[in-house]
Amino acid sequence: MFKSFEPNKVFAITSKASKYVLFLFIIVLTIGLTEALVLSPEDYKQSDVVRIMYVHVPAAWISLGIFSSLALLSIGSFIFKNKNFALIAKSLAPSGFVFNIIALVTGSIWGKPTWGTWWAWDARITSMLILALFYGMYLLAWRIYENKEQVIKVTSLIAILGAINIPIIKFSVDWWNTLHQPASINILSTKTAIHPSMLIPLGIMTVAFALFSLLIFLMKYNTELIKVKNKGLNRL
Amino acid sequence: MINEIISMNGYEAYVWSAFSFTLISFIALYFVTKLQLSKEQKKFASKFDSLNVEKARVARSQNINREILSNISNI
Repeated sequence: MFKSFEPNKVFAITSKASKYVLFLFIIVLTIGLTEALVLSPEDYKQSDVVRIMYVHVPAAWISLGIFSSLALLSIGSFIFKNKNFALIAKSLAPSGFVFNIIALVTGSIWGKPTWGTWWAWDARITSMLILALFYGMYLLAWRIYENKEQVIKVTSLIAILGAINIPIIKFSVDWWNTLHQPASINILSTKTAIHPSMLIPLGIMTVAFALFSLLIFLMKYNTELIKVKNKGLNRL
Repeated sequence: MINEIISMNGYEAYVWSAFSFTLISFIALYFVTKLQLSKEQKKFASKFDSLNVEKARVARSQNINREILSNISNI
């Protein structure tokens, strides 16, 4: 079932794809930044500080998406005993972690002028911080454990346990009284609280961030495959 | 127009620091990842060079090894 995704077969594609993804990322990011910083209107309440949304929201979405992927790949790795799943998850984690940190830092910067504080132990913000800790543990586990079987088990466990936090992050603004505003966009419905003049730059920036995480994933995955092949040369 | 963009209605410190932090994080992650990749590629090339003729022939028979070597020569 997964034979066509074997590292030996996909390397030819992943090694060449990164330069095209980088090119596309630069174009989309340039358009996104122009829209976000110049063309999109200011908010009637928050004024120009609302522009922080264009980096904060895509970063949060992508860090959540990547952690969900880590959990699914970890479950897949347990069920199908396919080590390539673990390798894909390992390659996705660094960009997910960086996006998580970006979401926390830009959220904090946005919080100061709008809420009057850099930080609040509010359900959404705290659950995002917990996600960053899970990302940290996941990346650290790959560095600490030498035994391959052991590291796959430990990291998969961290990813699956951490995934419990994902619905908590998503619904924290509905379940508790939080300083953080409720979701303005619902992908399951056509209702959105954001005007198209702000929704379009947000969409473009999300595509740019997704392309960046794809770029980092491809480079990291190639690095991991070469590491495996380096060990293979030792065994010849 | 340019002054308006720079001043951001008095919120320039917040807006520009958020965007700068994001871009600096991107650049740092990109170069760290690129460095790790080229380090592994160099390691692979030097290990491949140290193989004897027979082992090099066996290693070269794998598509992925040929692909890695061709990428190294393109750097």
